[in-house]
Amino acid sequence: MSVKLVFLGKLADLAGLPEMTVEAPLDWVSLVEGLEAGLAEAIEGDKVRLALNGTVLADKRTLDAGEGDEVALLPPVSGG
Amino acid sequence: MARQVELLDAPFNPGSYVGPFTNAHPGLGGVCTFVGEVRSDDDVEALELSHYAPLTLAGMEALADEALGRFDLMGILIVHRVGEMQPGEPIVLVSACARHRRAAIQAVDFAMDHLKSDAWFWKRERRGGVWTWIEPREEDHADLARWRETPEKV
Repeated sequence: MSVKLVFLGKLADLAGLPEMTVEAPLDWVSLVEGLEAGLAEAIEGDKVRLALNGTVLADKRTLDAGEGDEVALLPPVSGG
Repeated sequence: MARQVELLDAPFNPGSYVGPFTNAHPGLGGVCTFVGEVRSDDDVEALELSHYAPLTLAGMEALADEALGRFDLMGILIVHRVGEMQPGEPIVLVSACARHRRAAIQAVDFAMDHLKSDAWFWKRERRGGVWTWIEPREEDHADLARWRETPEKV
């Protein structure tokens, strides 16, 4: 078991894949440290938000994900 | 009040939704429908909309509820495509029916402004075989700002 990361929009292109799994537990610092440099820099930008199990975090730096959780990395939406 | 919200990953016929939606509201005074299609811009070959299931549909349902609360409607219908689309294909359908026209017209305008700028979709287009992500547009955010003040319910 682990934490599932889901990359949306152009973050999926940067990551080179739509999803990956990382070790639990996962907080903001370990998330950023675990990603390749270009991707880490992109998600540190103010406009990228995180959702934990379908709920958008008001402050992504409070991320606290455990076994089986899903973390979505959400760049700014371009609308429908 | 009826609320119908759908996310589709295959082409759809707007008329096949609007007919039954209208028939389901006998006694309505007006029905307003907007259909958005993939524009045939220059050399755009395809448009792809991606979404995040846990957020996108729930967000559209919340938007429909907000419109029902804000305007005096009998019902609202929101249908949105995801996946790859060709120019000329419908992307979005919003229809509202009401006792009086203004509520229906404004509800559709309100829902479209929110779908265009504030819904959980990511869009990219293919030109000359190359995919490019579409960034948020300032105009869309300005359109959204029109609805910040809360007017009297119409």
